[in-house]
Amino acid sequence: MAKSTSELHVAIVKIFKDVMDVEDIEITNETTADDVEEWDSLSHVRLIVAVEKKYAIKFSDAEIESLRKFGDLVTAVARKTNA
Amino acid sequence: MMRTISEGYLPWLPPQPETVRAIIRGLSDLSADGQLDALAALTRTDLDSNHIAKVDTRLRALQDAARPLARFRLAILATGTFDFTVPALRVAAFRHGVRLETYLPGYGQTAAEVLNPNSGLHAFQADGVLLAETAAGLGLAAPIVDPGEADAAVERAAQSVAALVERLQAAGVGTVLLQTLPPPLAGWSGHADARLPGAPAAMIQRLNGRLADLAASHQAVLFDVAALAGRVGLDRWYDPRLTYRAKVPFNLTYLPLYADHVARLLRAVRGLSAKCLVLDLDNTCWGGVVGDDGLNGIRIGQGSAEGEAHLALQTYALHLKQRGIVLAVCSKNDEAIARQPFEHLPDMALRLDDIAVFVANWTDKATNLQRIATTLNIGVDALVFVDDNPAERARVRQMLPAVNVVELADDPADYVPLLAGSGYFETLTLTADDMQRADQYRANAARAAALETIGDYDAYLRSLAMECAVAPFDETGRARITQLINKTNQFNLTTRRYTEAEVTRMEQDPDTLTFQVRLKDTFGDNGMIAVLILRPFEDAYLCDTWLMSCRVLERRVEQAVLAVAVAALKEKGVARLYADYRPTAKNGLVRELLPSLGFAPVGPIEDDGTRYVLDLDRHVRPDLPMTLTLAPSLQSAWREAA
Repeated sequence: MAKSTSELHVAIVKIFKDVMDVEDIEITNETTADDVEEWDSLSHVRLIVAVEKKYAIKFSDAEIESLRKFGDLVTAVARKTNA
Repeated sequence: MMRTISEGYLPWLPPQPETVRAIIRGLSDLSADGQLDALAALTRTDLDSNHIAKVDTRLRALQDAARPLARFRLAILATGTFDFTVPALRVAAFRHGVRLETYLPGYGQTAAEVLNPNSGLHAFQADGVLLAETAAGLGLAAPIVDPGEADAAVERAAQSVAALVERLQAAGVGTVLLQTLPPPLAGWSGHADARLPGAPAAMIQRLNGRLADLAASHQAVLFDVAALAGRVGLDRWYDPRLTYRAKVPFNLTYLPLYADHVARLLRAVRGLSAKCLVLDLDNTCWGGVVGDDGLNGIRIGQGSAEGEAHLALQTYALHLKQRGIVLAVCSKNDEAIARQPFEHLPDMALRLDDIAVFVANWTDKATNLQRIATTLNIGVDALVFVDDNPAERARVRQMLPAVNVVELADDPADYVPLLAGSGYFETLTLTADDMQRADQYRANAARAAALETIGDYDAYLRSLAMECAVAPFDETGRARITQLINKTNQFNLTTRRYTEAEVTRMEQDPDTLTFQVRLKDTFGDNGMIAVLILRPFEDAYLCDTWLMSCRVLERRVEQAVLAVAVAALKEKGVARLYADYRPTAKNGLVRELLPSLGFAPVGPIEDDGTRYVLDLDRHVRPDLPMTLTLAPSLQSAWREAA
């Protein structure tokens, strides 16, 4: 069993803030690109690359296209690391 | 943790500080100057991609802070997404002393930007343009069956790049960087790609050759991305997922590497490449501490892995000297002791006259580096400092942040790859000045020409320009002599093993004749390769030990050694030399050696051996395809016996 989803959430928030270079905003499962100015298509690619590297996983294009909000990313990582 | 280039690190830089987050968070408490110093220090570490982006953001906010940095306006004309590259480029440029401003039009806009006089490119007034084409963009991604059409496709691609370069130069762009294309990840026909002119890999290779020619004919700068991709491996270089997802042309893991290579080229364009290599001595140029271990206790040269690794650094330093890099020494040592290895150890590649400034004292190294720079009339930013001691490196980074301090690994085998990989001595081409300084260059060219005219074997041997040095045993050679005596199995007539103490006794016995032999050739210094020991026997002499390293078989070195021995024996009034062959499981190689050299059999001896004898008056000195360098004690005998 991998880490709990909440531990994962905290870890991925840390990556997210590093990639986006943001400090003082709250990231929830419902956060979307509309809520964070720095979250654009380019930084999104960097975010995916950073998460893939950290957890030694690779997302398929379909998985990436299905990501709508921050919680989707956490769920996807949880699914891949449990597999 | 060992950081490697193939994993995306820049291991010649110190690792990103663990406190990097705190440093960046604390910036707001500092003055603009303080912020710039802190950020500059970070650019000289091996930052990960996220921190590169953060440092870039902060540096740009300080755009106007006064700092004597060379400025460079770079436009990037690319097929593919290069937005990711830009922050890394700016940070890498800062590391190399260049304040970079960038312009990146939408991708695939190259021709429009160049041809349209009202384009953003022309408004930007670029100092330089990076042309980052892809095989697809140049029409070389798809295979072509017809060889003539394949050649035409390569020609078209080369012409279109040439046209772009000419247009850019006509528009006042001083520097055009041309990227070579890495081979494709997917081959077409398999191994035949290398011989089918229309295979994409083959067309790309030909285009890369054309780009190199173009760089020469148009004074453009060649950026050999193909070599970079080869260095990390194509499987790692390409990231097909990311290419399909975001049109990123290569794996973002290598963004820092790619950016550093662009930056070092820009540094060279601005004339800011380093000019002087400053070497520490103990545990850098040789293994051990000469002041503690003594002249004969340090490890340098052939015979030990450690000694060879340190020798490789010396040799690499000489290669840099060939293209005009000045060499200096900065060592904490007594000067007389520090000079001894250069003066007395034949295995050293560096000689005192290779070193422009030799500083050995107990003053701190930052002060000494400043002194070296002043002596040479260059800035400290033109110094590259190589020192195995992490404390010295850290101190220099702190005191003189502009010095290029190469982060070394623990193993000396990694020193040369790290120094070479750092790129501080990047050069765009060799100037006439560089080449005039490089005497060896001409000699090398002469040797290459000689090799082309090789006819018979002796001519080949002559083309090797062998230098064979023969001397009696001495203190310097003892350890290597003992090592050869105890490990040489094949070219060894008697396979007698001796301890270093026994070797020392033979060295000091006036009646025993000892010879140690070294050989250099065009391929380098082979170090000590042969040992011969002759001792009195009845009214003549007997060959107690004769061995040679198999690296130098078939070079006629054995004939040279015998000729020198014969001369030494004649000087002593000796008429005959006896020699034994004692067979072992491994020395069949020399079964026929003695007869082939003119020895006559005397009869069997113990252990199935055979004794031979050579009548010295009948020995004819051969015409040898090498230069002999004899120790002073052997020279008069050699002349007399001729």
